[in-house]
Amino acid sequence: MNQASVSHACAAVLRRDLTLAWRRRGDIAMPVLYALIVATLFPFALGPEDALLQRIAGGVVLVTVLLAMLLALDAMFRSDIEDGSLEQLVLAPQPLALMLGMKILAHWLTTALPLIVIAPLLAGMLHLPMAVMGVLLLALLLATPMLSLLGAMLVALTAGTRRSGMLLALMLLPLCVPVVIFAAGAVAAAQQGLPWIAPIAWLGAALALALVLAPLACATALRIALDA
Amino acid sequence: MSRWIPLWLHKLGSPPIFYRFAGALRPWFLGLALIAGAVALYGGLVLAPADYQQGDAYRIIFIHVPSAWMGLFVYGVMAVASFIALVWRIKLAEAVAMESAPIGAAFTFITLVTGSLWGKPMWGTWWTWDARLTSELVLLFLYLGVIGLYHAFEDRRQGARAAAFLAIVGIINVPIVHFSVNWWNTLHQGSTVRILGPSKISGDMLWPLLTMMVATKLYYVASLFGRVRADLLELEGGKDWVRRIATGEVVPGEQA
Amino acid sequence: MSQFLAMGGYAAYVWPAYAVFFVVLFADFIAPLLRRRRNLRELRARLARQSARQQRTAAPPVTP
Repeated sequence: MNQASVSHACAAVLRRDLTLAWRRRGDIAMPVLYALIVATLFPFALGPEDALLQRIAGGVVLVTVLLAMLLALDAMFRSDIEDGSLEQLVLAPQPLALMLGMKILAHWLTTALPLIVIAPLLAGMLHLPMAVMGVLLLALLLATPMLSLLGAMLVALTAGTRRSGMLLALMLLPLCVPVVIFAAGAVAAAQQGLPWIAPIAWLGAALALALVLAPLACATALRIALDA
Repeated sequence: MSRWIPLWLHKLGSPPIFYRFAGALRPWFLGLALIAGAVALYGGLVLAPADYQQGDAYRIIFIHVPSAWMGLFVYGVMAVASFIALVWRIKLAEAVAMESAPIGAAFTFITLVTGSLWGKPMWGTWWTWDARLTSELVLLFLYLGVIGLYHAFEDRRQGARAAAFLAIVGIINVPIVHFSVNWWNTLHQGSTVRILGPSKISGDMLWPLLTMMVATKLYYVASLFGRVRADLLELEGGKDWVRRIATGEVVPGEQA
Repeated sequence: MSQFLAMGGYAAYVWPAYAVFFVVLFADFIAPLLRRRRNLRELRARLARQSARQQRTAAPPVTP
């Protein structure tokens, strides 16, 4: 198989998924709305003191984004499993890992990117200092692809089961603990005026590793979950 | 020598033979575990002197620490069995991996509860976000994820394979979690309390601890054999040897 | 004896810890035994149904 056909197939998968997502624009808005609601509830629960909100803002935004992504994760492969196109992808001559990588990219573009776009708004509502905003966005830019990649692997594992929202959360929690720790750690360090580059560098290294390994693991998981 | 060991292992992989083998050995492991456990408890609760700092509360160590070791050990066994199950598709390895998970989860749960009961008089709190406790909690969630995924599938063997994959991903994750939680703890300068300081543990306390460790290992084997036997009966429900056991045509050397 | 049970004032922590240890492991040990018994019972019932059905079909049809 030559280079051109693989890149052609990649582009086709990406375009197809983005088109499908665009036709159901309402679904893209759901996680954003969810994040907005959760972030609004925190001041009501904790009281509107500036100092307190400032202290928790970074963590709250990160956890909110994570939960919103978890909400959308379940749907990553579902329609493809239902109409059988995922099985076609498994049988296709192009490498499955690459095709799944494209699907994950499409999913990240349609769910995580809108969340990152409104993250400054959420952080602003919670009075996060402007100076820290850049670090928060950087942390989100590195952490959300990690979550998409790890989540995709777990979604692929549950491909053969009935609906599994809660199970997905249970399986994702241990995997996302390090991601949350380093992302929130970077924001907290920046807020305290400490050097924040180390946790960001760790996140970046982990992301580089996950970018290579997670699609392969995802392909293996899908083969396990779909073969009878 | 070099020929009959692989042959014997190969035979042992067959469900009916393993069923009989495990059934014959299980009472021995259980008996030895009970004896070792009784000796360890006598040594730990009666013979060992009270700690000069913690008084008698430290005696929880004799179940807490062996359980913590078992939580990790069982995870290791589960991951190795999972790897074998995925690569060579051996039914027995799947059963061992999946039946290890509840035992490991039980030990991890015991570790958390006894640690909490120990922490209350020593640290004055039931729970602190200390690196080791947090790692242990994450380990429990890993176990629960494996068990949950296994039971989510209609087809049990397919569920076992998917959960085995998750177990392998989990064992890569364990050191990462430990590292990140340690880092997190230094960042937040939380309540890092050391139960056992750098002081050396005295011999009177050490031997019951090690005996208990042996007892929990033996117990694990006994419990695993019992579970795998039950599992094999379920998996092989239609086969002839299971039918013979069900109808009471007991094979010699096999009770009930 | 009562001094032993008092555990130097820490009885409320030491004994529940040991109780949890034994109760959890006991439950862990008894669960597969119960599962095994239930499975065998179900299997026996299935075999009985099967053989009953076989006998019924094996019986010669009654011709009027």
